[in-house]
Amino acid sequence: MRRVIAQIGEWFDYRLKLAAPIEEIAGHRVPRSTASWFYVFGSAALTIFILQIVTGIMLAMIYVPSAAEAWNSLQALNHSVMLGWFVRALHGWGSNFMVAVVLIHMVQVFLFGAYKFPRELTWIVGVFLLLMTLGMAFSGQVLRFDQDAYWGLGIGASIASHVPIIGGAAVKLMLGGPIIAGATLSRFFALHVFVIPGLLILFVSVHLLMVLKLGINEWPMPGRIVRRATYEQEYHELTKKDGAPFVPYAIWKDMFFAAFILLAIAACALYFGPFGPSGVPDPTIIQTVPRPDYFFLWLYALLSLLPPSLETPALLIGPVLAIIGLLLLPFLSGEGEKSWRRRPIAVLTVLLIAVILGTFTRLAGIAPWSPHMNAWSGNPVPERFLRKSTALERQGALVFQSKQCRNCHSLGELGGQRGPALDSVAVRLTQDQLIRQVIQGGGNMPAYGKNLNPAETTALVAFLGTLHPAGQLPARDAALEESQAKHGQP
Amino acid sequence: MPDENTISRRGLFMKLGILFNSLVATALAVPILGYVASSILRGRGSYLAWLPLGSVNEFPEGETRLATFRNPNAMPADGKTVDTACWVRRVQGEKFQVFAVNCAHLGCPVRWFPQSGLFMCPCHGGVYYRDGSRASGPPERGLFEYPYKVENGLVTIQAGELFTPGASASLLGKKPPCDA
Repeated sequence: MRRVIAQIGEWFDYRLKLAAPIEEIAGHRVPRSTASWFYVFGSAALTIFILQIVTGIMLAMIYVPSAAEAWNSLQALNHSVMLGWFVRALHGWGSNFMVAVVLIHMVQVFLFGAYKFPRELTWIVGVFLLLMTLGMAFSGQVLRFDQDAYWGLGIGASIASHVPIIGGAAVKLMLGGPIIAGATLSRFFALHVFVIPGLLILFVSVHLLMVLKLGINEWPMPGRIVRRATYEQEYHELTKKDGAPFVPYAIWKDMFFAAFILLAIAACALYFGPFGPSGVPDPTIIQTVPRPDYFFLWLYALLSLLPPSLETPALLIGPVLAIIGLLLLPFLSGEGEKSWRRRPIAVLTVLLIAVILGTFTRLAGIAPWSPHMNAWSGNPVPERFLRKSTALERQGALVFQSKQCRNCHSLGELGGQRGPALDSVAVRLTQDQLIRQVIQGGGNMPAYGKNLNPAETTALVAFLGTLHPAGQLPARDAALEESQAKHGQP
Repeated sequence: MPDENTISRRGLFMKLGILFNSLVATALAVPILGYVASSILRGRGSYLAWLPLGSVNEFPEGETRLATFRNPNAMPADGKTVDTACWVRRVQGEKFQVFAVNCAHLGCPVRWFPQSGLFMCPCHGGVYYRDGSRASGPPERGLFEYPYKVENGLVTIQAGELFTPGASASLLGKKPPCDA
């Protein structure tokens, strides 16, 4: 039996001539130091990519790329097609894991100096792979054609429209017409299913080829300096002296980690299920609060926190500078120290970016800048604020709720966080200041002058004047009291 | 080996082959690029249209109501996406303001609160007054307005294009008039 299999194998290899190159690749010597758990993220990203291709093809067998039918076909996948929900969940969680693993891989490569000579081009191709991964993430979110996808496209179009001169054309090219409609979904389908995956396969192949041809980056040792003239000889000697064949010496860790990641994706898919779809993509339903997927939450936060005047330049110039910076990195520091122990600025840069992205993502989870659209009717004024209050003050509390103040100002931790919490506002502002703030607005608050009659204003300010902690007096205008005392006015 | 200044018969044919292919590729590229760019090259006149929102009487004076319309040039595959909402404010008599629901910041749908006379955006907290002018938050301008006219008792707007805060919008969107 074994002989028959061997003979069949020989028959094929006589024609394919693949055994020799495969053996060469498998047996190529790598520095022993690279058989490390730090070196498994690239192969893990490739594994997830293959999972995405397989599950993507399966989804395409059911999914209908039409604005009229996409949402229904996703419902069918979730509820009617056997295990359709699981394949959707695998694909959705796979995309989350892929973005994360690609980013971790990039950080590892950066901190280990693997982008330095002669691996500059590997890094540059990797930067494009990152951009394509993010492109897949965004276009995939569009294919999940629900309310978030619809309004997300509107946000994308609004950002694109800011590009000088060609902004209008860019919007129409992106949407495939003057509005978000069937043509928009179809073109994102073409991008997500044909264009970007095709480019990804091409770029991944080049990326891998270079890893094989140039050798995997050795474990960086502090003080071992990269020099163009001597590096390749040193690397060659290292693999000769302290090297081992890639298979099986290093590959087993890649295999274990890849299997672990696949298992983690499957576990998430099984436990959390598929993402959405949320509501029907019907633009006449405006009772919606669009939110991006997690990998774009930081951008959502940035768009809220930047001052309006800085937004356009930051949006248009920021990404360009970031991409140029990443592409230029191997040329700016193509030689020198590789070890993170001797590159404090590199380590600090990574930490800074991680902290910024982490903070923004966390903030976007809370979204303190979004008004709570239903707080005015949904969150009653806590009872303790109304105890012992006069009729006028209670009327003021009613005004406070009915004029939607609560949508931006919280009381007792409930309500919007766009403006300051008002639990103890009377300590901060005198009656006159309260009246001025309500009527004229300012500091990012609308002026309510035209929308409140004098009686409502009086009642509202009377209520706000009661909002101070027990035992702490409300703010008072000392100068006013002084002058009143002097002139004998009431 | 021929010397540098001579060219062999086969070398010439290969060069002609490259030339021939380049010509064919160029000839094919023109219609293909035209197809890709068709959404850009289409004139605005071809998709903008005047659409009725309803009778004037459906909009009480001094109030702001949500109205919907179907975009011109709807295709079967568009599904619900061609149904669009807009906020109609009847200022007085035949004087109207028709606002796009899209926030002038990044296009999220703004909601009207008649009690406080404000439009609020659920995304980044843009707020507008009843006349569409910017009240607070990140938007750099007021709400987008559709050109409108009242004909035979019908409120009609010129629509068919997504409003975006960049270049394309300023061509169509009039600045909201100031009430003050």
